[in-house]
This record gives sequence, C-alpha cells and structure tokens, in this order.
Amino acid sequence: MSVLVFVEQSEGKIKKSSREAVSYASAMNDGDVVALVMGTADGDQLATLGNNGAAKVVHSTDSRLDKGVIRAYSAGIAQVMESEGSDTLVMAESSIGNPVAARVSIKTSASLASNVVGLPDTSSGFKVKRSIYTGKAFANTILEASKRILILKKGAVPLKEDGAAASVESIDLAFDDSDFGVTITSQEKATGQVLLPEADIVVSGGRGLKGPENWGMIEELAAELGAATGCSKPVSDMDWRPHHEHVGQTGIKVAPTLYIAVGISGAIQHLAGVNSSKFIVVINKDADAPFFKAADYGIVGDAFDVVPKLIQAIKAAK
Amino acid sequence: MKILVCITHVPDTTSKIAFSNNNLEFDKTGVQFVIGPYDDYALARAVELKEQQGGTITALNVGEVETEPTLRKALAIGADDAIRVNTPALDSFFVATQIASVAKEGNYDLILMGRESIDFNGGMVHGMVGEILGIPSLSPVMKLEIEGGKAKLAREIEGGKEYLEVDLPLIAGCQEPIAEWKIPNMRGIMMARSKPLSVVEPSENNANTKTESYELPPKKGEVKMIDSDNVGELVRLLKEEAKVL
Ligand SMILES: Cc1cc2nc3c(=O)[nH]c(=O)nc-3n(C[C@H](O)[C@H](O)[C@H](O)COP(=O)(O)OP(=O)(O)OC[C@H]3O[C@@H](n4cnc5c(N)ncnc54)[C@H](O)[C@@H]3O)c2cc1C
Ligand SMILES: Nc1ncnc2c1ncn2[C@@H]1O[C@H](COP(=O)(O)O)[C@@H](O)[C@H]1O
Repeated sequence: MSVLVFVEQSEGKIKKSSREAVSYASAMNDGDVVALVMGTADGDQLATLGNNGAAKVVHSTDSRLDKGVIRAYSAGIAQVMESEGSDTLVMAESSIGNPVAARVSIKTSASLASNVVGLPDTSSGFKVKRSIYTGKAFANTILEASKRILILKKGAVPLKEDGAAASVESIDLAFDDSDFGVTITSQEKATGQVLLPEADIVVSGGRGLKGPENWGMIEELAAELGAATGCSKPVSDMDWRPHHEHVGQTGIKVAPTLYIAVGISGAIQHLAGVNSSKFIVVINKDADAPFFKAADYGIVGDAFDVVPKLIQAIKAAK
Repeated sequence: MKILVCITHVPDTTSKIAFSNNNLEFDKTGVQFVIGPYDDYALARAVELKEQQGGTITALNVGEVETEPTLRKALAIGADDAIRVNTPALDSFFVATQIASVAKEGNYDLILMGRESIDFNGGMVHGMVGEILGIPSLSPVMKLEIEGGKAKLAREIEGGKEYLEVDLPLIAGCQEPIAEWKIPNMRGIMMARSKPLSVVEPSENNANTKTESYELPPKKGEVKMIDSDNVGELVRLLKEEAKVL
C-alpha cells in the first residue's frame, strides 16, 4: 500500500504547503509515501521531497502540464493512484489542489474530506477532523469508501525535515484533448512576495489606515518580519489593496503562527478568516474594538504612532 | 441561454454556531438562514447575463422543505423557476450527484455556483459536478463574459489572477467582484409567489462520508494588553512567550 501526494510548484520551487502534505502522508504511517510532480521541474529539487518523508517521487515531464491544467492533473493523478496502488491521496488546499481533488474523487470513487486539520484516527474506520462554518467549528467525519482523498489546511502537521533523499522516476501519462480544453490566456501574479495562504506571519490593515498611501508602514513591518500583507474587505472593495489580499469569510482564510491586525475592527466575518491563527496581535485606537476579544496581545493606540515604534523595536531586537 | 444557478440555504454570516443533542446536530435556535453569499454573486451574474442576452434562469437547491423561502428569494431576485431536490444535503458527493442529474435533464449552457458553501466550505461540489458531466468547471471566478458560445473568465489564484477562455457548457464557482448582489424589490417579491417551484425526489445515490460529531474550537485565553509607550514589551512577549519571532 502507498499514500500518494500531489505536489505543486510555484515560481519553479516546490510549495511549502506541498512539503507539509508529504510530511502529513509520512506521519500517517500507512505505507510508502509517493509524491507526484507534473510539469517541468528540477530533478535535484524533487529528490529533496525525501527530506519531508517521500520514498519515491514520480515525475511527468510533459510540458503541457506547466500551467494549471486542472482536468489533466486530475487524469494524471487517477492513473498514478492506479499504477501505485494508492488508497489515499493527500494534497494541500490551493486554487489548483481543490478542484483537482474534487475531480479525482469522482474518477476514483473516493471519499473526500476538505479543510482537514489533523492526522486521521484509524482506530475504527478512517476518521478526520475538518474545519467547518469558516473555522467556527469542526466536524469529525468518517470516510467510508475504500479510497480517500484528504485536502489539508495549512498547519495540519508540523513540517518534517529529517528524511533521506527520495528516488525520482519519470512516468508517461495519457491525456485526452478535452483535458486541455481550457486555455489560460494570461496570468497576473505578484512575484518574489510571501504568498498570503502560505505565510507564517501576516500583517493586515483595515479601514483605520485611512487610505492606500498609508500602506508603506504595513509593508515595512511585513518586510521586517518576512510576513505577507493582508487587508479587510472594505479595503479591497475600495481598491486600496488587491482583491487577493482580502482576508475573511468571503476572502482568504489564513492560518499563520502570527496575525497582526492594524486598524481592523474585528467584525465576525473578518474573524472567520483568521481564527485558525496561532497568535493574534491587535493594534486599534478604540479600546472597545471587538477584535481585542479574539486577540492574544493588544495595544490600544493610534496606528500611525504604534506601527513605526513596533518596526523600530523589532529592528532593535534583531 | 439556459442557466442553472445552484443555491445553498446557510446560516447568515453573523450567526453564532452551536450544536445540540450531544454535539450531533447543528443548533438552529435563533439562526437566520440566507442564500449563501457566493451563491448570491452567481445569481446576480446570471440575472445580468439574461438581461444582456435573453434566456432562462433556473434556481436549484438540494434540501428539505425549510429551504423553500430561500428559493423563493432567488425567484424574487430574478430566477424564472426553481427546483428543490427533496433530501437533506448529506455530503458534497451526494449533493453533486443530485445536481448532476438535474443538469443532465435540463441541458444547461451555463451552471453557476458559489465558490464555496459557507457551512461546509468545501469548494468541492462544482468540480465534482463537472467531472460527472464531463465538462469544465472553474472556480473561484471573479469575471465572466459570454460571447458566441464561448466564455472569457478571470479566476483568482494565489497572489493574483489568471484569464481563461473556454467553450460552453461550463460550470463556474463565483465570487466578487463578478457582479453586485441584487436585493429583491416589491415587484420581484410579488412575482416570485406565482413562479413555478417544483419538487423532485432524489436519484438513488449514497453519500460516501458520514459526520459522527461536531465540536467547537477551544476558548481563547484572556488578551494581554500592552501600553502603547512600551511597544518593546510586545516584541519581547512574541519572542519569549509566544516564541513566534
Ligand atoms: C456577507 C458579508 C461578508 C463579509 N466578508 C468579509 C470578509 O471576508 N472580510 C472582512 O474583513 N470583512 C467582511 N465583511 C465586512 C465586515 O462586516 C466589516 O464591515 C469589515 O470587516 C470592516 O472592516 P474594517 O475593520 O477595516 O473597517 P471598520 O469596521 O471601519 O474598522 C476600522 C477600525 O480601525 C480603527 N481605527 C481607526 N483609526 C485608527 C487609527 N488611526 N489607529 C488604529 N486604529 C484605528 C477603528 O477603531 C476601527 O476599529 C463582510 C460583510 C458581510 C455582510
Ligand atoms: N445543497 C445544495 N444545493 C444546491 N447547491 C449546492 C448545495 N451545496 C452546494 N451547492 C453549490 O455548490 C457550491 C460549492 O459548495 P461546497 O462544495 O459545499 O463548498 C455552492 O456555492 C453552491 O452553489
């Protein structure tokens, strides 16, 4: 038996969330971990997946797979589950992983669980805990089919980094024309930045910052911490910041170790996107802002006074 | 153009979530149910496309009789008719098989859904239906134009967006800013009363997951307040106590 992991790359590097998925599969302790990479990739880098717990990396070098071709990835995964005899498929949540998992679950008649937050309990059946109601609750769900697919939330297990090198094998996969029926005409993507869903630290700004011209200090604080930047919904609605930075119920759900909220009131819909954070710091000039109730550390003060001081204090502590 | 819009009936985004019966059931006490916020975007875009190009809009929900007011609201916003598949929504696979069998009957050009439901947040149903029907499914879609049997869309990806082109039929999971939410007006509400809402029995299919129990997250500890004149103390706590720096 083996556990298959679908591994994604971004800007030519294996995504950290995919390394986490390999670590998860390894911690399941349910047979060999096989990692599948589709599209052009650097062989040396692929072998490093062994570090995270993969025994073998299977690689399809077909360059048609370089762009996010959801149906082709799904077809490829179903073939490899079959050839490797994998009962379980694990992957990280992402704009590619989620739709791919949905399709593979139909192709392979597998039970599917998304938003998985911890390792399965296999004492009777195969049970996972998943986050529901936008992080406001959890469900303990049994996957009843003989095959299963798990989509992991960030932080479901700690990253494993003490394995050996993995063997890398190339594989030929068969596709239909319909697998490439969607044409990606162009992409607009921030490069060289810490991406919000992957970030360990997030610095977010709200309407309290008054305007887009004041984001300099938020970006500086983020750069000082190696953090990604986020914002509240009205901020992206007013185009102060791009839509993909909008955090909350109707935006990105983040799960960093540290979330710093500056000038955000803490409406329930915003909290829904941040309640999986390990620690929350709130900076707000109103001592009654609801966000303080959800915070671990709080400072009542004017952002334009506190944030520059915080940047100085972090520099001083380095 | 024939458009199918799949609507969820979910707790309002401000609802406090609680469970009853030994954490076995969702506690509906005091909860207001609404059209899922993302489904509202799907419906709003459907209404705009119909205004531009003509056609019909069918609203669909897989759920029990209590979801009918939500379907009536979809009719008031602009759907021409509604279908309710009379069964509890057991899991995403089950719901997807039910939606797929309605879709096969109706031969729709476009199936619009929300990016995700806000109860189970799977973001799974659109991809599953796409696979069952053998057609493309894209999500989350922020822009959708239809011209001559082709769709042009923008999809949000990590750190940006991508632009795509694809032939119909198509499934799209919608999110803002695809369209502005539409609020039903008096005339719409009056007309909705006489629009057809048909109830169909589920096709024979089973769920393949089963939720055994629910739980709430552990309570947060007390917040530690730090004086704004002593920001260095926050850095010290983050380093030494939380160990996150
Ligand atoms: C269906 C639905 C879905 C939604 N989804 C989301 C979502 O996904 N994400 C989201 O964020 N919102 C969402 N919202 C909106 C949400 O309800 C709030 O309106 C929004 O989060 C408020 O944003 P804000 O905190 O930036 O602004 P405000 O509520 O205006 O708060 C600004 C805060 O800044 C503080 N402030 C002002 N000046 C300063 C200063 N100089 N220094 C420090 N603090 C200052 C104020 O005290 C205040 O607390 C949703 C709403 C609905 C109805
Ligand atoms: N019970 C249901 N009835 C109708 N449509 C649904 C149902 N559940 C999910 N959907 C549709 O599928 C989308 C994605 O749902 P989910 O996969 O649960 O996040 C929703 O936004 C709806 O458009």
